[in-house]
Amino acid sequence: MINVVIAELRKLRRPTLLLSTLLTVTLLSGLFTSIVFLRVGSKGGNGRRGETITAAELSHATGFLYGFKLVGTLLGLVALCVFASQTAQEYTYGTLRNLLVRQPSRMKILAGKFISMKLFAILMVLLAGVVTISLSYALAGHAKVNTSAWSSGTAMHLLAQSSLNIFLQTLSYGLFGMILGILFRSPISAIATGVIWSLILETILGAVLSGTAKWLPAANFSNIGEGGTLDVSYKHSLLISVIYLTVGSALVSFLFKRRDVAN
Amino acid sequence: MAIEVSGLTKIYGDRAALSNATFTVPAGTICGFVGPNGSGKTTTIRMLLGLITPTSGSAKVLGESISEPEKYLPRVGAMIEGPAFYPALSGAENLKVLANLGGFPQSRVAELLAKVGLGDRGNSKFKTYSLGMKQRLGIAAALLPNPELLILDEPTNGLDPSGIHEVRELIRDLARSGTTVFVSSHLLSELEMICESLVMLREGKVIFSGLTQDLLTAQRPLILAKPEYEIDLIKLKALVEGAGYKVKVSGNQLEIDAPIDWAPNLNRLAFESGITLSSISPLLPSLEETFFEMTGDDK
Repeated sequence: MINVVIAELRKLRRPTLLLSTLLTVTLLSGLFTSIVFLRVGSKGGNGRRGETITAAELSHATGFLYGFKLVGTLLGLVALCVFASQTAQEYTYGTLRNLLVRQPSRMKILAGKFISMKLFAILMVLLAGVVTISLSYALAGHAKVNTSAWSSGTAMHLLAQSSLNIFLQTLSYGLFGMILGILFRSPISAIATGVIWSLILETILGAVLSGTAKWLPAANFSNIGEGGTLDVSYKHSLLISVIYLTVGSALVSFLFKRRDVAN
Repeated sequence: MAIEVSGLTKIYGDRAALSNATFTVPAGTICGFVGPNGSGKTTTIRMLLGLITPTSGSAKVLGESISEPEKYLPRVGAMIEGPAFYPALSGAENLKVLANLGGFPQSRVAELLAKVGLGDRGNSKFKTYSLGMKQRLGIAAALLPNPELLILDEPTNGLDPSGIHEVRELIRDLARSGTTVFVSSHLLSELEMICESLVMLREGKVIFSGLTQDLLTAQRPLILAKPEYEIDLIKLKALVEGAGYKVKVSGNQLEIDAPIDWAPNLNRLAFESGITLSSISPLLPSLEETFFEMTGDDK
């Protein structure tokens, strides 16, 4: 198993993938944190869905986590793209046959891929955390935000909790991408389906059929990152996500194990 | 035996890609695997490597059943249907991925790149490689485990004549060191030069399995007869036709469509007619001619 993880990490660390992903995460983290602090108190909104966050709110123990939480869903979508392409490319390049000749256990291949991409997701979340929190401190003075509560014990506890939640959110989206990658066996189809479903179809379904949003996968993945909301609890989202991902993983594991490798 | 195949069948829908195939590949030999496109060669190779599940039948590779590929694949090297690698990784990185995966030492990578003539291009991205270089990298990947059995599907595709020569010599070297090589190719003249045995497929069925020499001699050879004096050609031709055999003048000799064991009679007939033969020899058909005759393919 460790051999598979090392081999997969070798592929993930190629500069075109690693640097471009980390650059994207850095830019998105910087952009969202800047919006929160540079447009503080703006009537046009500086938070999720046009919500206005004031300097007073940013001075609370959670103030330095707004940017981190805002970028969470996009980290998930980046993970969806990376996990989907890393899985589906084995079919399009025809490299799956090489992998299976060198490691005949298909389940080990799948598990090794997932573990290595999990490590990649941890790196993305860590980077986003470092960038958003550093920038929050850097911009706090400009936004007239008092940062004394940010280093309290409560703030540290919230940081650990948010980091875990954003990691789980990123991982959920990533696993969703991996499932799509194995189902479609084409990076473009898998990514397009995943992104369109998460960003467009779920929004339309949620708007047209009231009450459906709390049962849809991507909405629940994102809700985990937010730590739950008044409408949908954290536990509910965790449970629904686990059900979706377990069923999806079982299905694609079965397919991956049984399907002939004929390309 | 390195490979033992018994009644192996693969059916897709209502089409049999391979039908009841039975053959063996002796250990330590070079065995050619030939057949027209779509005859089931790649399907067979994929089943031997555990990539495709047979519909029925069985096979053993290095003494282990193909239902348990993990027991023999660490001792097998393979290149199937051309080289497939990650375009954004260098040749060396691609090999390191496979070395990691199989648990082989990383030091093998530089060694193998040098062996296939890619020593100076190992750090270039795979997508910048020519077809011949990609093919060489595929062969290097197949050699990673220092295999007991090497399965190569069209290894000389895209190689120039010197590259083809190098691959031929590499295969011979490997066979000399005890590696069994199972190689498919469309270059039948190449296979004829290096393969002791052959497996021939047509429309998913094995139509020959055995020694290359046996296959060639089983085809009706010609007798080549050359008289000492060219002036005797017509007289000799008339003698052969009189004996009831077809004959054709080819340059300064005759090509006689007769069994080899008629050669002493020919010699006697010529002597009795005052013709001295400067040479008399059998002409075996080439593998290519045999292939076309057996598979029914048009040239």
